[in-house]
Amino acid sequence: MTRRYSALSLFKEGLAGQTGWQPAWRSPEPKPSYDAIVIGGGGHGLATAYYLAKNHNIARVAVLEKGWIGGGNTGRNTTVVRSNYYYPESVELYGLAHRLYEGLAKDLNYNVMLSQRGMVNLCHSTAEMEIGARTVNAMQINGIDAELFSPDDVRRVAPIYNFSPDARFPVFGGIWQGRAGTARHDAVAWGYARAASRLGVDIIQNCEITDFIIEGGRCRGVQTSRGAIRAERIGMAVAGHSSVLAAKAGFRLPINSYALQACVSEPVKPILDTVVLSPGCGVYVSQSDKGEIVIGGGLDRVPSYAQRGNLPTLETVIAGLLEMFPIFGQLKLMRQWAGIVDVVPDSSPIIGESPLPGLFLNCGWGTGGFKAIPAGGTLLANLLASGKHNDISRPFDLDRFASGRLIDEAAGSGIAH
Amino acid sequence: MQLFPCPFCGPRDETEFHYGGDAGNIRPDGADVPIDRWANYLYLRSNPKGAAREIWVHMNCGEFFVMERDTVTHKVLSSAALDGEHVA
Repeated sequence: MTRRYSALSLFKEGLAGQTGWQPAWRSPEPKPSYDAIVIGGGGHGLATAYYLAKNHNIARVAVLEKGWIGGGNTGRNTTVVRSNYYYPESVELYGLAHRLYEGLAKDLNYNVMLSQRGMVNLCHSTAEMEIGARTVNAMQINGIDAELFSPDDVRRVAPIYNFSPDARFPVFGGIWQGRAGTARHDAVAWGYARAASRLGVDIIQNCEITDFIIEGGRCRGVQTSRGAIRAERIGMAVAGHSSVLAAKAGFRLPINSYALQACVSEPVKPILDTVVLSPGCGVYVSQSDKGEIVIGGGLDRVPSYAQRGNLPTLETVIAGLLEMFPIFGQLKLMRQWAGIVDVVPDSSPIIGESPLPGLFLNCGWGTGGFKAIPAGGTLLANLLASGKHNDISRPFDLDRFASGRLIDEAAGSGIAH
Repeated sequence: MQLFPCPFCGPRDETEFHYGGDAGNIRPDGADVPIDRWANYLYLRSNPKGAAREIWVHMNCGEFFVMERDTVTHKVLSSAALDGEHVA
């Protein structure tokens, strides 16, 4: 039976007719009770379960997923991993995620295909260059790699950009983060699922939460489509559906749910080996390992739970793409989709205990949750294990909305949302 | 392109409209409003999946109005001018 993935095991299985592979994770029946329950089998939920078992030795854990794992925003994002944020609190958070991503394939024994191909946020005017310099300075002071790019630097990393004299958004330079890049989104979900399952975590798919079990003012379990499941500590990482579960638990959140669209072209030969973001065009672009051009933009401006997106936003994004890269006018779009993102007024996540004791939140990542998966999992696991914040998660507690200590990372999302 | 019904101009392209927030979210009045009440008014949202009652503005005519909408199907259920006391 082959348990560990390696070149040697691949070779041996080749000789043995590929008969020794096991399913990557077990699919057990739910038990009546666990030490901890994680609601949501996306990247954040699976990572939470993995770190509960690995960092805190708590392996009697269930991950409850309404559909299939990685089928929500984890499978719908544009796979960018970066930590080019402004405020120290954000840098601690996204910096942790970025560092964990760099060791993740080895840690999980699963190739998440992290490709640190660098990312440039373009500046289109002298004023934007001033802000760019300020951002680069802040990042460097906070210990994050960053470089202010000249127009020639941008031309070096993205020669196919529209440098024509009549370009609507000329290039004055850019903010470069060389450690940024992309990762294979499904592999992140599957890698965490496999690693968590091997440590004893039960991953239970097609298990929808219908209600919370509340006794003595505490959350003590959940009612699901597969029966009641109890635990003293429950975490939820359900992104755009956080408000729906919060309503069942009896509280409201500072969240509006919107559709965020993305699309990919037909696969073409390698032409773009970095991630390029243009705030002016409202678009960011990379090329996947399969050759598809991966295109993302701003939010649909209509509050929505429909995972499809509206046409006007797609038109705006494609128009912006062609302004950036006129050469892509020949491409055919292959697929378009949307995920439901949980947008918070200050564009920073919510991590902490909910107003219902025993129920802990990991939500509010809005348009940028994928890059934060290892940190979101680490921090929610710490909360579930200890019941307390650590220094990194403390500033992101829900109480910041009453105290007014917002972490206004609106600029950190890159695109104006 | 979806058409939204402005109570003043009739059906118009969705791009002409801007979302303004939950209907019925009334600003607290008075000097001794507790912090939680302010936070509730400023930040907390019902964010319903399904039928929603929302304030929208038609940016062309500048009028605010109430639209009832389904946030899953995007079907518009009703649209009406504000009734004077914000939105009951």
